[in-house]
Parts: sequence; structure tokens; C-alpha cells
Amino acid sequence: MDLHFTSATATDEERSAIDATLDGEAGALQPPTTSERFRKRHLLLPVLHAVQSRVGWISPGAINYMGERLTVPPAEAYGVATFYALFSTEPQPPTVLHVCDDIACQTRGADALCKHLEAEFGKEGVSCANGAITWKRSPCLGLCEKAPAVLFQTSGEECQDYTLAPVNAEQLSSALRGKPSKEFRPIHGLPPQTVTPAMPLLKRVGSVDPLSYEAYCANGGYSALRRALEIGAVEVIRELSSARLMGRGGAAFPTGVKWKAVSEAPAKPHYVVCNADESEPGTFKDRVIMEQDPFALIEALTIAGYACGAEQGVIYIRGEYPEATSHLQNAILQARSAGLLGNNILESGLTFDIEVRRGAGAYICGEETALLNSLEGKRGEPRNKPPFPVHFGLFGKPTAINNVETLVNVLPILLEGGSQYAEIGSGNSTGTRLFCLSGNVERPGVYEIPYGATLRSLLELAGGVAGGRNLQAILLGGAAGVFVRPDELDIPLTLEGARAANATLGSGVVMVFDDTVDMRRILTRIAGFFRDESCGQCVPCRVGTVRQEEALYRLMEAKGEPQKELALLAELEQVMKDASICGLGHTASSAISSAIHRLGVFQGVKE
Amino acid sequence: MQSVLLAPPKPMLTLTIDGESVRVPEGFTILQALRKKGIETPTLCYLENLTPVNVCRVCVVEVVGSRVLVPSCSRKVEEGMVVLTNSERVQHSRKLVLELLASSVDMALVNEDTKRWMQEYGAEPEKFGEASAPSQEGERDARHSGHHHAPHSTTAETVAQPVKVDNDLYIRDYSKCILCYKCVEACGADAQNTFAIAVAGRGFDARISTEFAIPLTDSACVYCGNCIGVCPTNALMFKSEYDMRQAETWDETKQTVTETICPYCGVGCNLELHIQDNRIVKATSPLDRDITQGHLCIKGRFGWEFINNR
Repeated sequence: MDLHFTSATATDEERSAIDATLDGEAGALQPPTTSERFRKRHLLLPVLHAVQSRVGWISPGAINYMGERLTVPPAEAYGVATFYALFSTEPQPPTVLHVCDDIACQTRGADALCKHLEAEFGKEGVSCANGAITWKRSPCLGLCEKAPAVLFQTSGEECQDYTLAPVNAEQLSSALRGKPSKEFRPIHGLPPQTVTPAMPLLKRVGSVDPLSYEAYCANGGYSALRRALEIGAVEVIRELSSARLMGRGGAAFPTGVKWKAVSEAPAKPHYVVCNADESEPGTFKDRVIMEQDPFALIEALTIAGYACGAEQGVIYIRGEYPEATSHLQNAILQARSAGLLGNNILESGLTFDIEVRRGAGAYICGEETALLNSLEGKRGEPRNKPPFPVHFGLFGKPTAINNVETLVNVLPILLEGGSQYAEIGSGNSTGTRLFCLSGNVERPGVYEIPYGATLRSLLELAGGVAGGRNLQAILLGGAAGVFVRPDELDIPLTLEGARAANATLGSGVVMVFDDTVDMRRILTRIAGFFRDESCGQCVPCRVGTVRQEEALYRLMEAKGEPQKELALLAELEQVMKDASICGLGHTASSAISSAIHRLGVFQGVKE
Repeated sequence: MQSVLLAPPKPMLTLTIDGESVRVPEGFTILQALRKKGIETPTLCYLENLTPVNVCRVCVVEVVGSRVLVPSCSRKVEEGMVVLTNSERVQHSRKLVLELLASSVDMALVNEDTKRWMQEYGAEPEKFGEASAPSQEGERDARHSGHHHAPHSTTAETVAQPVKVDNDLYIRDYSKCILCYKCVEACGADAQNTFAIAVAGRGFDARISTEFAIPLTDSACVYCGNCIGVCPTNALMFKSEYDMRQAETWDETKQTVTETICPYCGVGCNLELHIQDNRIVKATSPLDRDITQGHLCIKGRFGWEFINNR
């Protein structure tokens, strides 16, 4: 392919970062093509990460050099680089401090933190500490139970991004004065709930060393994979179906149906992908699993590969999760050297390996087809469906994509048997479910409860509203979910119960707001979030999310006629729900609409 | 006599459109079925000679059983499908899409069909309020993905910005860009395989751009002008037309179109020469001709300037 490049050349540092990524250890992922134009393109994101973390920005020379090596036109590489919030195509200080100002952190002092930074170090984006560091506001970092939270994005040789949470003004000041220190790194403690061995998902969390393969095996690890190999792929899928396992990422699609479709798809090869791009504001359950029980995910994804007839698996993890990423990478290395990844796993003839790919700051990449495009080195724009990934997935091949929590449920299903698993809960809501409690709640954190408990009992389990204050509202299901009122706490936490109450469990978010919170500010933050995170591809979402935010600001500032603005919001909701390409647009007004109609946030328009 | 290779006949599918039964060959899109039935469907990002990207969403229809509306331009017909083209939901979405575009983009030079659709669907883009101030040169090109820093605006943000004039052949007025992706497709694998432009940025800040927004003269652009040929809003325009419009001498009522064959090489591309005051003011190529399918090269597109040097 004849590509045209400008005269900008890469520095030695940029070259070596790119070369090391491409010439180093070959990843597990191999696209089924010999076409020069597409063979290496999937490596674009890893290469962009390599340059960003080595030199702190993506220069024209670096774009040219990666374009040459990967056969990617520079305009397209630039289009991809500018899609992701964690990449910069302009020089910036080597360390960027991302301060979460999203809704959960807002209830725990994020605004005060930002004001402090602004007063002491100037506006966001301005460099301080002699150009060594800059700070920026960030969407949800997935550390809501430890809010307020920040992420240090670092660059240079042997740099390592890290998060701090909870963090206070003094700690940030000293970090910004050029003493970035990892000493406040979060200690991964016990979950707030009393964890018992009877809890299928959290049983190892907090008590078993997440970095040790031996510890994992000594605590029941890899018995589910052995069981799977014993009963065979067809039986594994049958167990999932009798367990009635539904996806835990938000869409609640039956996992057995998905795996069956992939396993029976005639096109080859097949792929399994773990969606660990957990970015729904208020969601952090997958992070806790990956940080504290990473081997469980590796084992579960191996079972998925076996059942779906895939030899290659990918974990696509959000770029804001450095600790979880390193724990997963460690687990993969250890599993590989123990012979539990690679060829002839457990002498069964099974070949399977896993590669971890990092996202780079794009909520939309949690949408499964956007995630696939991102993995292929394209902009993370969702695809039109049908065709669905089970038929036309990664590199156009049959692909099973599952969320982290969904996958780790496969382990208890195989160990107990599907029908035993389905004894818990009712209808299509079987087994246990992880809920992410955050906001003004006494003991925030991940809770594992059997399907069927009420919202009230979950809130009580977490100690109720923090400081014994009055409950104003609960956001159920995430920014794409709905607000419920204090008088609706008897909603049963099942798929069916939530649906009957015109709500959704979504990704398991339960965010609590006490009566001191200005809900209008929460709504404008949600509107801003969807505007920022829209990929920009389709008109209803690209422009609709902007118009939604503007209408909310007019309502807040009492400009114009409120009834007119409310009518406008309703029209926007309808077109985004009906005509957007993907779930982001479909749900971008869900929480806002529920706040208006259920909570009556704007002047007594409660229905 | 022309010999024609016959493909095996495709199985026929039956679907219902607005209550009437229609039979179409397998592989047809809903849009093709609608056109066969003579039902006019608005389209903006769709063009016969490009791969459907289904991003504008103005061609959506209701398919019974589908939770959301579907883009007719890319959705394939299935046996027994029941399609509604005139339901309240369809009307609402089409109207809103037109309104959202017209409230954020300068639609003054869109084609007559689009102007008519705006009227037929009753689009009122002004309902989103007063427009925000246009952005400065280069400002939109430099926007980062992620948290937007615009002052929280109560006015309607637009893509208004200065015109990019960086070469003698064509200009790029991104105030008129509806981000239909057609130019990117024509520059890329659908026609020219040059890849000089791509979509950069994200969300409302998404834009068509060269790498690092460099001028076209430094980019991979080969000036085939196929991007101009597919642009539905005149955001991309011949410099000759742009200059005449600036001088207020552009007058389509005085123009004639002469179809001819490009004289440069042996391919024999069809050319349409647009003439005003006995001068060629621009060249296009018809979409429905086998040889070019609307696409040309730099010579056919722009290589007629010498004729005017009399």
C-alpha cells in the first residue's frame, strides 16, 4: 500500500517505544488475514499507549512511524488517537493528574478538591511544578467506594500509572509540588460486607493473595476448568442454560444462548472477549474482582474459550484501571508458566491464550461493537446491529463477548451444577449479584447478595444513608439507569422486579444521594458525561446530547420557559431512544428523564 | 451486441410496507424496497456508490418487533418483515434529525430535496434557542476528547468556523459539514484509496481532518475531488465556485450542463461540464455510469482551466 507521510520523523525514544511493542513478545491475538492493510492494524492502540507513556504525547513523527510499521494511513491513526481521552496529540507535562468530578465523587467532596487545585495551581490543563505536572477533571474513574479519587497518568521510562483514593487536598498539593508519591496507594482491604466462603463471587476477595497462583489453587482455583474439561464443551453450555445465567453488564442477555451460537458458528476462528471496560459512572465491581481475584477471570475466560471453540481470548480493560491491569497480567504470566494457558492445557489438548488490551479513556468502548472496533485499531464507534458479534465479531469472526462478573459466575455454575445455581433467585434472575454502593452511604463498596433482596435491605446492609441523614434519591443502574424515590425502596432487586418498577439494575449501581445534594447539579453532570462520551457518529446522539445539556442549563438558570424546555427534553429523549445507533444514545436521557418525572427535580412537575 | 453474464436468480422475499405486500430479491435493503415501491425516503449519508454508514439516521423506519427504529439504507430485508414508514415515531425521528442538524450546521446550500424534506417534516431548528458564537480558526481542530471545557452554555452550540482555503482547487467549509462520512469513504477504500482524511475527535467535536489538521497541500490528497462529488451540503466546493459565490457572480439559473467524455486518457470517463457565461465553472460525473460511478481523477475534475485562458 502506497502511503503518504509528511516529513516529520520520530525521535529515537518514540521509535524504540514503538519497536519494543511490535518486536517484543508477540501477543496472543492474531487476525485471520494476510492483507498488509489489516494484518497489523489491531496493534495501533498498544503502540499509541507505548508512545503516550514513554514521551507523554503522540507527535506527528510518531504517527508517521507507527503508520509505516503498521500500514495505517497517518490521517486514520490521528483519527484514532484523538478519539481517546488518555492520548494527547499535543505536548503536555509528563504527569497528568485526572481528578474525578463525576457524580459519586461529587457527593464526597470532588468539587472542593477541584476548587482547591484551581486556587493553588491554576486552571485545569495549565502546567504546574515547573511543567512537570498538570491536572484535569475526569469522568468516573471507577473508584467510587473510595471517593474522591484521582488517577496519575505518568510518562517516561519505566513509568507506571496509579490511582489514589480516597485523596485529600494536602496529598494532592504535595503531589503537584513535584513529589508524586505512591505512598497513599490504596490498600486493597476487605469488602465492607462480611465475606463468607458461601459467597460464590466474593469468597476469595480480601482473604486470598491476588498475586499468587498457588494461593488461588489452594482456595478452589482451577477446579471449575477441570470440571469443564471433564464434561465437555456441549455440557458446559448446557449447564449455563440450566443456570439461566444472564449477562451482568447491563443488557442481561442469556449467556448460554450467546456461547451456543458462537460454538456452532461455521466461520473460523472463533474469539472470546472479556469486556472489562467498566466505565458506567458508579460501577466498580469488575475492578474489585480483577484486582482481588484476577485468576478467577482468567480461569473463567479459559472455560469460555473451551466452550466456544476459541483459541484466542482478549481482556479489554479500561485504561483507568492500572492496578487491575497489572494484577491480570501477573495472573496470565503465572497461569501460562503453570501450563494453564498455552498448548495442551491440563493434558486435554486444549490450546488457549489470553492477551490484555487497554482502553484509553472512552466510555463508549464498553459497548460491545465499539469495543471490537477499538480492538481492531479503529475508532471506538459502535457498529450497526445486526449482524451481532456472535456471527460477525472481532475481525468479522464469531465472537463471544462477556462482562467480567458474567464470566466469573461460570465458575460456581460448573462447580455446583446449573440447576443447583438456579435455586437461588427466581425467574431469569438466578444466582447472586454484585452491587456497587456509593455516594452518601455509610459503608460504600461492592456487595454480593442473592437476587431477590429488596433495595431497602441492601441499603440497610450498607449501613443506610451516611451520617443518618435523610435519603433524597437513589440512582439505580448507573448514569444510563434511573433515579428512584425514598418511597420506592421495596423494589425487589431482580431483573423482573426492576423492570416492573420501570427501572433497571443496569451494571449494579446503587448510588445514594442524601437531602443535602443539589440534584440539578447531578443532572447537569450526567448530561455533560453523555455529551463528552458520545462517539459522535450518529446525529441523534452527537447533537442530541449537546441540546439536552443546554436545555438543562437553561432550566437551572431559569432562562426561558420551563415548560418549553421540558417539552424539548422529552422530544430529545424520544429521538435518542428511537434513532441512535447504540445503547449510549438510547439511554442518554434515561436518568435525567426519571429525575424530572419521578423525583420532580424541576419545580413540581412530578407526575 | 453486448453479452451479459447471468447470475443465478436470487430467491424473492415478501415483506409488508405500510400495509401493502412487496416482493424483492434477497439481499435488498429496506431502502431499495421502499424505492421499488415508490416511497420517497429522505437520506443524507447514503449514496449509491458508497458503502452505507447509516450515521445520519434520517432514513429510519419502524420494523414491527424491533425495539428501536432501523436505518433503511443498510438493514437487509427479511422474509415477513413488517415495515412502517409513516408512523409517529418515524415522523418524529426524521424531523428531529433534520432539526438537530439544521440547528448546528449551516444548511444553506443543501440540495433541493433536503430543503423540501425540512418543510415536509415541519423542522423548526430555531426551537433549540439562539446559536452560540462561531469558533475561531483552528479551535475546533484542537479540541480534546473527554471533559468539554466550553463554558456551560445555554445557547445552541454549532460547528460554525472559518472556511479552510489552503489550495487552488477546492475549499473546505466545515461550518456546513453534517459529518456524513461520505468524503472519508470516497477518499478511502470506496473510491480513491488515498486516505488523506479521516474522522478525528469525538462527540460533537468530531470532525473531518487530515493528520494534525495539516493543510491539504502537505497531506496525502491527490486532488481527485471525489470528496466534493459526494458532499451533500457543499461543505466541500470547487474554488472556482467558491470565488464566484464570494463575488456574488455564481448563478445556477444561467448555467448549462454539457455531458461529454474526458479527453485525457483511454478510460473514457463521463464528464458533466457546468458552464456559466461561456466558461466552465465546475466538472462533475454522473453517478449512474458504469465507468466512473461518479468518480474522477484530478485531470477530469480540475484539468480544464486552460480552456478558460482565452
